[in-house]
Amino acid sequence: MGLVIPDYGLLFWMALTFLIVLFILKKFAWKPILSSLKEREDSIEEALESAQKAREEMGKLHADNEKILAEARNERNEMLKEAKEVKQNIINEAKNVAAQEAEKMLETARQFIETEKEAAVNDMKESIASFSIQIAEKILRKQLDDPSKQKDLIDQYLKDIKLN
Amino acid sequence: MEIKKLVMYNNFTRNPLFFSLFVLLFVFMLPTEMLAQHDEEIHETKEKGFQPGPFIFDHIADAYDWHVLTIGENHYSIPLPIILYSESRGFHVFMSSKFHHGHDIYNGFKIELDEASPNKGKIVELLENGEFEKPIINISITKNVFALFFSVALMLYIFISIAKSYKKNTGKAPKGMQSFFEPLIIFVRDDIAKASIQNKPEKYMPYLLTIFFFIVLNNLLGLVPIFPGGANLTGNITVTLVLAVFTFVITTVKGNKAYWTHIFNAPGVPWWLKIPIPLMPVVEIVGMFTKPFVLMVRLFANITAGHIIVLGFYSLIFIFGEKSIFAGYGISIVSILFTIFMSILELLVAFIQAYVFTLLSALYFGMATEEHH
Repeated sequence: MGLVIPDYGLLFWMALTFLIVLFILKKFAWKPILSSLKEREDSIEEALESAQKAREEMGKLHADNEKILAEARNERNEMLKEAKEVKQNIINEAKNVAAQEAEKMLETARQFIETEKEAAVNDMKESIASFSIQIAEKILRKQLDDPSKQKDLIDQYLKDIKLN
Repeated sequence: MEIKKLVMYNNFTRNPLFFSLFVLLFVFMLPTEMLAQHDEEIHETKEKGFQPGPFIFDHIADAYDWHVLTIGENHYSIPLPIILYSESRGFHVFMSSKFHHGHDIYNGFKIELDEASPNKGKIVELLENGEFEKPIINISITKNVFALFFSVALMLYIFISIAKSYKKNTGKAPKGMQSFFEPLIIFVRDDIAKASIQNKPEKYMPYLLTIFFFIVLNNLLGLVPIFPGGANLTGNITVTLVLAVFTFVITTVKGNKAYWTHIFNAPGVPWWLKIPIPLMPVVEIVGMFTKPFVLMVRLFANITAGHIIVLGFYSLIFIFGEKSIFAGYGISIVSILFTIFMSILELLVAFIQAYVFTLLSALYFGMATEEHH
């Protein structure tokens, strides 16, 4: 029976000691321990949260970068297209100008040839005329040696005049 | 030194080798304890034979000195202070060694050794009419009180130094002892207090942590067979009574309107159970007291039972040893094997009982402070 009957001496010491220990531990152990545990947990949570935020921001930045890149790509494409057009234009223009120039040169050459030809023909005409006159002179001289013939010729002329 | 030891404790959970070494330590220590206890009664045993009953009950009961060792006929005990007050003789403080293990009368006081007396094992005073009576006040530092002081000093040392390392290591990972106790503290906070108490669980944390570690530490110290362990403190009804009374007082003081309404006018119960015979209120009021009573008995019975079983196995050695020395040696193998098993089981029980006591206390606090819709 002694086993289940409380002993008052032990009861006194137990209650007293337990109360004192409870208060000492509460003040000097549990409070600082629990508050630093809480502090640490809070700081960990905060760190995790800010990491999450940073990650989100990074994602946003990445998306922005993508957008900027895409824009840049588009711009580049457009610029290339424009440049191509400009090039084509320049080439076309140059071709036109060159063709015109060539035409002009051809025209000039043609004109020059024409003029030269005309001059040559005129020269030839003159030469032929003078040759003809000389020849005619020579022929006339030979034919008019004979007086009868001279008479015939005069008659002829006269006949012609009449006719006219 | 302390820190190193605790770091080793920390390894037990992970390292099976350490764990088995720890168990082996028990195997070597337990027989020493039992032999020492046994030899004390050697002179009685010679006439009556070995009596396991008194042997076991002497061991688990409180004592006025701390018996360490017996070599032959010489008893070596640590004397403890006796503090008495009696009407006729007044105030007395002396060491228990004056009693010479209960054989002498000192200043009119003696330890009652008579088996038949209701005061058996207690200090009694010799009155003028020749009768013996207990003195009015006896607040001696008994074996259990000494074990209480020791465990409490250990607790204060451990937790105040942990608190210091928390201050020193602010914002850093826990180290050493701190990292061993931190999971336990978080376990008590998250799985006991926060899981059971809805309304401001942090207010009850100091009490819950104190009882949890007090019970665990004393359960474990009770398993260590050598001084200063081995006192059956948490298996003492007085100690569990005090703990249960604290839980009861906190529950009753913190009880809110809903708690008292539930006791005196339980909602959802037919009216004829309350009027004219207040059946339900009576049941509820009885329940208020049975809850801490069960707490008290559960811890006491579990720890005491563990000690009794281990002692019972060792008694077998001496019971058989009296018949034949070889039977004694033979049965000792079985006894030791069973005791190893029991010791491992008791390590588990040490934690489970502390957990159960703390959890139920927290549940009662939670019930007392719960806000009903």
